[in-house]
Amino acid sequence: MYDALSQPWPWYIAGPLIGCFPALLLLLGNKAFGVSSNLRHACAAVFPSGLAHFRYDWRREGAWNLAFALGICLGGVIAGVWFRNPAPVAIATRTTADLAALGIRDFSGLVPGDLFRWGSLLSLRGWALLGGGGFLVGFGTAYAGGCTSGHGLAGVADLQGPSVLALLGFFAGGVAGTFLLLPFVLGL
Amino acid sequence: MATADSARQWTSSPLGAASPSAPRGPRPLGLWVYVFAGILFGVVLTKAEVISWFRIQEMFRFQGFHMFGIFATALPTGIVTVQAIKRRGIRTVRDEAIVLSPKQWGRGIRYLVGGTIFGLGWALTGACPGPLFALLGTGVGVMSVAIGSALLGIWTYGWLRPRLPH
Repeated sequence: MYDALSQPWPWYIAGPLIGCFPALLLLLGNKAFGVSSNLRHACAAVFPSGLAHFRYDWRREGAWNLAFALGICLGGVIAGVWFRNPAPVAIATRTTADLAALGIRDFSGLVPGDLFRWGSLLSLRGWALLGGGGFLVGFGTAYAGGCTSGHGLAGVADLQGPSVLALLGFFAGGVAGTFLLLPFVLGL
Repeated sequence: MATADSARQWTSSPLGAASPSAPRGPRPLGLWVYVFAGILFGVVLTKAEVISWFRIQEMFRFQGFHMFGIFATALPTGIVTVQAIKRRGIRTVRDEAIVLSPKQWGRGIRYLVGGTIFGLGWALTGACPGPLFALLGTGVGVMSVAIGSALLGIWTYGWLRPRLPH
């Protein structure tokens, strides 16, 4: 039983389940599915600084979503710690080879252990990856008005043209980041 | 007096009909419901390895089918379920109307440029906002630095917003 639960799920199980979440949140309370709004709520709560973008009642609008984000974190504990998959992520051998060529050595976890550890923060490379990458994710999601969940999933599910354009942007940026930015950052 | 008032409040109907000052309409679901929904989402994201930096790299290098299979099944599922709710006028579990607000096109710049900037960051962190929270749960504590930096990015947008083309 434990072995079955610690296995990763194939795409044809996970994909349809992920696709149900926009509808689930609408049915629960007419809520627009989108995780990045939580980052805005956090800014509005912690350092609004008088900016118009953060001047709204974040408790009223965001309490349900902050609760949802807490749940995502707890879900990570359940699926990633209690029912952790002991095997490395089964990516394509070509990807492993490409990443090894970029200097990645630790393929054992969900993320490369040689980059995603506290010690990385002693290097410019670590700050560029985590700090720079996080900054771009935050700025980009705010500018685009949503992230992979809000635009990519919920917006597309509602057949919104702007969300399709945003999803194309996510992908174009991701490919450019993979081939242009990542080699530079990992070479720092 | 106060005891009588509070007693009446506690025994009033769920619709708050006993108290004229109570807001009309059904009582919203407790926050724990959304915590539970988030747990389900976090488990699925983690078990699907969507939160894996390696899977995101495999996707952006077009070297594996896994992530594309997830998008190819998640998007149609999302479209069919959300469109069914819209077209049949299905209401929430508390019988509220479901209203989806359309996104404003503006000049469309924000979606393409903002989306591309987001993608650049996604390629580095290997995680979009949902996975950032899930990875924190799986024990990658240093992801809190990426989350903190994302907050700084959002704040910077809020500051620059009046000067940016949308």
